[in-house]
Amino acid sequence: MSQSKVLSPIPGVFYRRPSPDEDVYVNEGDAVSAGQVIGLVEVMKSYFEIKAEVDGVIESFAFENEDSIDAGQEIAVINVK
Amino acid sequence: MGLCTKLLIANRGEIARRIIRTCNRLGIQTVAVYSDADKDSPYVKEATEAVNIGENQAKKSYLNIDKIIEAAKGTNADAIHPGYGFLSENPAFVERCEKENITFIGPTADVMKLMSSKLESRIQMSEAGIPVVPGSEKRLESVEQALTVADSLGYPLMLKASAGGGGIGMKLIQTEEELTKNFSSVKQQAQQFFGDDAVFLEKWISNPRHIEVQVAGDMHGNMVHLFERECSVQRRHQKVIEESPSPFLNEKQREALVNAALTGAKHLGYTNVGTMEFIFDGDANFYFLEMNTRLQVEHPVTEEITGVDLVEWQLRIAANERLPLEQEEIMKHGHAIECRVYAEDPVTYFPSPGTIETLNLVECDARYEFGVVEKTVVSPFYDPMIGKIIVHDKDRKSAIHKMKEVLAQIEIAGIKTNIPLLSNIMKQEAFELGDYTTNFLQELADTIQIK
Repeated sequence: MSQSKVLSPIPGVFYRRPSPDEDVYVNEGDAVSAGQVIGLVEVMKSYFEIKAEVDGVIESFAFENEDSIDAGQEIAVINVK
Repeated sequence: MGLCTKLLIANRGEIARRIIRTCNRLGIQTVAVYSDADKDSPYVKEATEAVNIGENQAKKSYLNIDKIIEAAKGTNADAIHPGYGFLSENPAFVERCEKENITFIGPTADVMKLMSSKLESRIQMSEAGIPVVPGSEKRLESVEQALTVADSLGYPLMLKASAGGGGIGMKLIQTEEELTKNFSSVKQQAQQFFGDDAVFLEKWISNPRHIEVQVAGDMHGNMVHLFERECSVQRRHQKVIEESPSPFLNEKQREALVNAALTGAKHLGYTNVGTMEFIFDGDANFYFLEMNTRLQVEHPVTEEITGVDLVEWQLRIAANERLPLEQEEIMKHGHAIECRVYAEDPVTYFPSPGTIETLNLVECDARYEFGVVEKTVVSPFYDPMIGKIIVHDKDRKSAIHKMKEVLAQIEIAGIKTNIPLLSNIMKQEAFELGDYTTNFLQELADTIQIK
């Protein structure tokens, strides 16, 4: 089974939830489809959606909600279906 | 009692440098506060002292009231200037300063509370006899109530969160169906973002101009205006270019506008410097929009045409001094324009953090207010504005000419900036004629796409 790494295209603050009061977009072990939003990166007061590029299952997240992140860092690993 | 002796600046970047400059001239010591990301910023070196207040995210540093108060007490600062943004319009912060016996450079917490609610400001201004955008008098509790109000006002309408700001918590409503569909989601969004689910309806103004009036009041009952600023060049509800005076107003309209602003500010018993924002419709009717209870980003254009140092005025007013000038002594001379330089793509507006490799601010007759120097890292954690260019000349035409020259020669490398957009705006006929509304940048983007 191959794996797909989701990289952050930009530096900023990583969020796993659409807003503080809502649930996380996805949990580890959840199935996702290509194009599905799995997190947000806030950069200079703008929000950039982080999307899965493949259909699969979330293996792991490398960052917690509200962690600082650099461009090119790995956000999550998806086991490709 | 005299001016404060040591001022802590609860802010960063260009505005911190701007405040330090006035303090240096007045012989006031300064304390800079900084997050980890800002440790090498110019303002940190330029202050008399500097205190690290924590991690990069604003809520862990610049928005952390405890940390800032601790820094003030640790350095024996006797006053705090909040700048703009961050804690500048937070009444809880003002109350805390009061409790700790530190002078807050700004208005009272009570006035700030009133003006932080859009609904309450509408009520206050109506009481003062100032026109507000036609809309609902009270918060709307149900869709049924909203539909009745909408019926009497007529569509299109804006559904707004009372506590909203920065373009969040508002929705354009064209029909009954749209109102029914969006009522609860806007209410929910208001609760989520601002902790207050009060919403109301306002008539939508289709080709608005955004013009604001600078006011200043002391604690002895004196109030003056320092003319207006035209702020209609906006992208995503954020200002890009401001100028003073407004090319749209004739003297009669200007007088009516500044008088309305003075009446409103007096009704509130406002103290320190503040800005009354108004919206103009296509027929030049104006309505009160909101009041900003702090120094504005665009304050330099007012300083240029009046010769007043607004930061100095803030410090004097907070020290219980009388306003330095009476209304008759405040004159406007010539024309001033400010361009905001953003670290972003000039077309998509997408943010562009990174290291400034080159910053060549040409030796023109321009005022530069920049928070960065060469090798400064523009971090992703805060606002994309890295600086401002302000020009002043005898008339608007000469000021535009001067701004064009500065923009053509200025060099910033390492990150993307909106300088190409600013240059393009200066060349537009609509801008040259002063004939533009808040739709200007969208219309400009549309023409570029058609080409």
